[in-house]
Amino acid sequence: MNDIGPPSDRRHSIRGFSGDVVTAWSEADAERLGLGARIGVGVPHESAHLHVTGTAAYIDDVPERAGTLHAALGLSPVGAGRLIGIDTGFLRALPGVVAVLTAADIPAINDCGPIFHDDPILAEDDVRHCGQPVFVIVATERDLARRAAARAGEALTIEPAQGIYTARAAHARGDYVLPPVHLIRESTDGALDRALATAPHRLRGHFSLGGQEQFYLEGQITYAIPTEGHGLHVMCSTQHPSEMQQVIAHALGWRSHRVLVECRRMGGGFGGKESQSALFACAAALAARQTNRPVKLRLDRDDDFLVTGRRHPFEFDYDVGFDDAGRILGFDVSMIANAGHSADLSGPVVTRALCHVDNAYFLPEVAIHGYAARTNTQSNTAFRGFGGPQGALVTEIVLDRIARALGRDALEIRCRNLYGTATNNITPYGQIVEDNVIGPIIDDLVVSSGYHERRAAVAQFNRDNIVLKKGLALTPVKFGISFNVPHLNQAGALVHIYVDGSILVNHGGTEMGQGLNTKVAQVVADVLGVGFDAVRCTAADTSKVANTSATAASTGADLNGMAAADAAHRLRDRLATFAARHYECDPASIRFANGMVALGARAVAFATLVRQAYEARVQLWSEGFYTTPKIHWNPTTMNGRPFYYFAYGAAVSEVVIDTLTGEFALLRADILHDAGQSLNPAIDIGQIEGGFIQSLGWLTTEELVWHEASGRLLTHAPSTYKIPTANDCPAALHVRLFENINTEPTIFRSKAVGEPPMLLAFSALLAIRDAIAAVGNPTADPPLRAPATPEAILDAIEAVRANEAVRAIETDRPAGGG
Amino acid sequence: MDNLTNHDAMGFPQPIRFYCGGTIVAVRDLPITTTVLQWLRQHSGRPGTKEGCAEGDCGACTVIVAELCPEGAPARYAIRVDHLALRPINACIRFLPTLHGKALLTVEDLQTITPEALHPVQQAMLDCHASQCGFCTPGFVMSLFATYTRHTAANTRPARADVANDLAGNLCRCTGYRPILDAAERMFDLPRVTLDTAPITAALRAIAETTPPVFEYRAPHPAYGTAETPRVDCYSAPTTVAALDDVYAARPHARLLAGATDIGLWVNKQFRDIGDVIALNEVAELRTLTLDRARLVIGAAVPLEDAWAALIRLVPNCAEMAARFAGPPIRHAGTMGGNIANGSPIGDAAPVLLALDAVLTLQCRGRLRRLPLGSFYLDYMRNALAPGEFLRSIEIPPPDPKTLFAAYKISKRIDCDIAALSLAAAIIFAESAPPGSPAPGDTIADVRLAFGGMAATVRRATNAEAALRGHAWTAATLDHAILALADDFTPLTDLRASTVYRLRVAGNLLRRLWLETRRTDRLPPSATRARVVAVQGGGA
Repeated sequence: MNDIGPPSDRRHSIRGFSGDVVTAWSEADAERLGLGARIGVGVPHESAHLHVTGTAAYIDDVPERAGTLHAALGLSPVGAGRLIGIDTGFLRALPGVVAVLTAADIPAINDCGPIFHDDPILAEDDVRHCGQPVFVIVATERDLARRAAARAGEALTIEPAQGIYTARAAHARGDYVLPPVHLIRESTDGALDRALATAPHRLRGHFSLGGQEQFYLEGQITYAIPTEGHGLHVMCSTQHPSEMQQVIAHALGWRSHRVLVECRRMGGGFGGKESQSALFACAAALAARQTNRPVKLRLDRDDDFLVTGRRHPFEFDYDVGFDDAGRILGFDVSMIANAGHSADLSGPVVTRALCHVDNAYFLPEVAIHGYAARTNTQSNTAFRGFGGPQGALVTEIVLDRIARALGRDALEIRCRNLYGTATNNITPYGQIVEDNVIGPIIDDLVVSSGYHERRAAVAQFNRDNIVLKKGLALTPVKFGISFNVPHLNQAGALVHIYVDGSILVNHGGTEMGQGLNTKVAQVVADVLGVGFDAVRCTAADTSKVANTSATAASTGADLNGMAAADAAHRLRDRLATFAARHYECDPASIRFANGMVALGARAVAFATLVRQAYEARVQLWSEGFYTTPKIHWNPTTMNGRPFYYFAYGAAVSEVVIDTLTGEFALLRADILHDAGQSLNPAIDIGQIEGGFIQSLGWLTTEELVWHEASGRLLTHAPSTYKIPTANDCPAALHVRLFENINTEPTIFRSKAVGEPPMLLAFSALLAIRDAIAAVGNPTADPPLRAPATPEAILDAIEAVRANEAVRAIETDRPAGGG
Repeated sequence: MDNLTNHDAMGFPQPIRFYCGGTIVAVRDLPITTTVLQWLRQHSGRPGTKEGCAEGDCGACTVIVAELCPEGAPARYAIRVDHLALRPINACIRFLPTLHGKALLTVEDLQTITPEALHPVQQAMLDCHASQCGFCTPGFVMSLFATYTRHTAANTRPARADVANDLAGNLCRCTGYRPILDAAERMFDLPRVTLDTAPITAALRAIAETTPPVFEYRAPHPAYGTAETPRVDCYSAPTTVAALDDVYAARPHARLLAGATDIGLWVNKQFRDIGDVIALNEVAELRTLTLDRARLVIGAAVPLEDAWAALIRLVPNCAEMAARFAGPPIRHAGTMGGNIANGSPIGDAAPVLLALDAVLTLQCRGRLRRLPLGSFYLDYMRNALAPGEFLRSIEIPPPDPKTLFAAYKISKRIDCDIAALSLAAAIIFAESAPPGSPAPGDTIADVRLAFGGMAATVRRATNAEAALRGHAWTAATLDHAILALADDFTPLTDLRASTVYRLRVAGNLLRRLWLETRRTDRLPPSATRARVVAVQGGGA
């Protein structure tokens, strides 16, 4: 790999979009584009034109083949039990039904688990959660398939059993989907216990954090079409086409080369289509194989909620010792994740949670314990951040509590605990933090957001108002980038140059709206010196790049951008070699830019050179490949360098709460975020503020409620599960990119930006805590759970008012509650 | 027009006819509960409009329905362009036969408005990076198209906060909305584009001229009957109240449909068999809205958007409740009559109307009877309508100038959420205000406290009212009323809130009411409501 480094002219200043300024990409960026820049310009999403005209094709928009049948899933009406029987005759006789498929119809393995084989496609003996698919209806029309599937209650005989519906209950029984994991780093044996026992201050408590539904606007969908010689062409809305290919092949007892999985784009993924598109891919593939007809399985939104898992809810128990200055001396935290009924991705989710408990803070003596509790609910899975946000949030709560206990501003306590650059820079898992920029980010944001002036104004507001109280908080972000499992950090790409000079790019990543194809096209356009109109990205397709990793862990552009750059460089080198020979010029003098190839004093159009190269029998397509260097991980010792680098950021939020009702409003948010040297500032800003609002929803309005006795999910549609709307976006939202360069040679020294912004909205939750604290004793700790619904906020207010909250500082005896 | 029938020359049933894609389309043989979205996506090859939830809550299916403005009828809250009234609606819960005689505009139609370029709405969305995954985008484009069309026709420009309210029925999971709101401002800066209504108007007139007074559409439903002879259902759309009486008498088991924003879900989600359908939306008398000094009369088929707008003119303090009642596509499709007759225990209109002492007019076979709204609800989802009887109108007497009115809604999310609880209150003080002072007298002559979400039906807190009536509006009186609430209500715990929260906040809303209406040291809403602080830019 050469020339990926940052030429100085690509440096750009901080660029911002703010709520009160209408910004269009075209003016400043058009000028830069004219100068040949392809990187660092805010070009629109490659599909933006298609999006706004309604012509971007999602899987359900692809014209159906003649003879297409439609599938629907019959779901368990009970939370736990033993499956006694399925009256398939009854179901088969319902209008429009062509076939009824059960676990017995699966030719090979009834499993679609991504790591462990504990995820049945269709319930076989045990019924594990309310909403678990038990049978597949295949019918002539989707409406008729759904109507028949809805008769599951009449068709199923299930002997009910007592279900376990909460993580605490499963933890009490020691019932886990995977063995517990422990991440412990002590300076000497027993140092943590000594630190906790001898610390000037010690706090114990717990914190309850809810899950989050991905709520991709496009629900889960697979369209499976039989192809010649017992093959299948499967269009699947998935972040992981290769895994879909593998699980389909496993289920059908086929070898992988008989299954082609394709995904042009998803209408949102957010982790929900990483492993959990598998059940639908397998069910549709099974139905297509059994009927030898094209079969589409498109879930209704309610079924999507009832079948698939989401962000893991976490319960935390912590024990922290600290000094008079608020510096953490010892920290012991147990995290009980609600894994649901199967392992799915809970193992790596818990590992990532463990590896993000530190967030941006140095924890001298630390023990983190992770439990993946087995419950009779949907199997929880990936969701943007993948456990990282959960792990990091508990420490922010603890630091806030420490600050209140000591009567200090929480920002002061946070800054006192930040990772250093030369010292205090080792993570609990042994990786040295080498690229720390959190100090400069916070310093900038404190000034630009007017933190200290607004702190005084908030205090004044709170003195003047009896009903409404304001709160203010600044929280930092440090997020590790790479898959925690080293072997997943690989990617491939294929770049074709056609004889007319047009370029087609295929890579292992999937497009879910994050702008991956745009960024990869920018990379290829930059390397080959052509305009964007010359480069087109195609659908993710398992018949092109093989054995791809999921588009996940924020790594899409890092991995696939590098793979595409590799391919483009190979092609450029070949073209340059040919040009040097053909035009008898110095290879070192050849430059590719703006659709032209400069050959010393002469220049030739890129397309002309391509045609000449073709006629000279130069290979005009190339593969590219990339593996992330430096990373390693020992899952036994929980030690290593799991992350290639870290992304940083910080946010300040100001809120107002109503102490009579618990209602709240976010008044203003200021964000400064590190995307390294941004490939596309517009797309990166979009990821940052989109992630911020999505996380704000998780922590405030998005509450999941299961029926206590039956385990039925009661919040199973947008009517009952409330993601943010336009009125939840604060009128004052100031988002800027921190001027930075990745210290590692990533693609144009950019940084991943998908998941880290999920931590920015912590500032809103902490600001709500700050506002609640204003109703009572300044050292009182608001026992606020998340999501901070009006009821949760009012409960915390009442607790502070009643002085039920835990007294802040306990020097001579341990405290309870929290 | 008496010679018009519901059969063609060959004796076949009339098709549904509406204007779409530059032409009049005729649809036969699709079940009467086929949704507009199903037709667009599965039958017409127009997949630009998306399904996100199929329950009218995400807005991915937002389309525009246009109809001829009835002569002299008040379509003032729809978007008026020339002779057309445009409304954004959710295609996923709109039954296709209701489109008969109307025009349907979808994202695909914007290309025909501006064939050479993107429509300003689309160009602004592109310029502002307002799409990421793009799935919600066509819905946003159509909601913004409604905003754009409304304001360009009126030569106005909305404030950013108004646009956010216009988008309350559209969910985006990717962008966080800032760029979409930016686009909504930018679209007015681009060269103006107007909708050519002439071909639409001509087509709608042509359909109207060939539609009988009671449009009927019959079609088999494959889910009912047998495979060989599926059951044939009938959709009827009478245009006069007399015809409605006749049709209902002839088909007493038919389901009355006033907007289908709830009944659409019965079909989509619960697969309930609603059988034959009689639509109220075309009945001229039920579409009237009269506001004069004597009273406000809202016809049962008046869309919620229009009804709320009229209510706000009568009682400005219900503006927040109106803005937070569902989103625009639901308010344009649903009717206040449907909301009241359906009788959800939470429905946000009922507390307001109850506090305003609304009276219903019910009709059966030409006979009218008046019933106070307070006597209408019998139990959970049960009301006083007799067999064959339908709601004709809602009448609201003008509030006494001395009356103080307030309406509060508590929900997890500001927009488009079902209330955990709501309170609408009217307080009438005994003495008139001293000359030149807005402050009323001390003693509460009468009071109505109507709560939603606190019982099986929306109802008044009679014990709390009794604790207030005849007493001075003091902190002590307030405390008595709060205590009395426990005798009024034993609310449920459900997914929206717990019993404890509902009771506590019901009392706290009375406290808010007191803080806002007490004789001395009244607090402005900016000191009692978080949302008001946010709208006023409290953190900027």
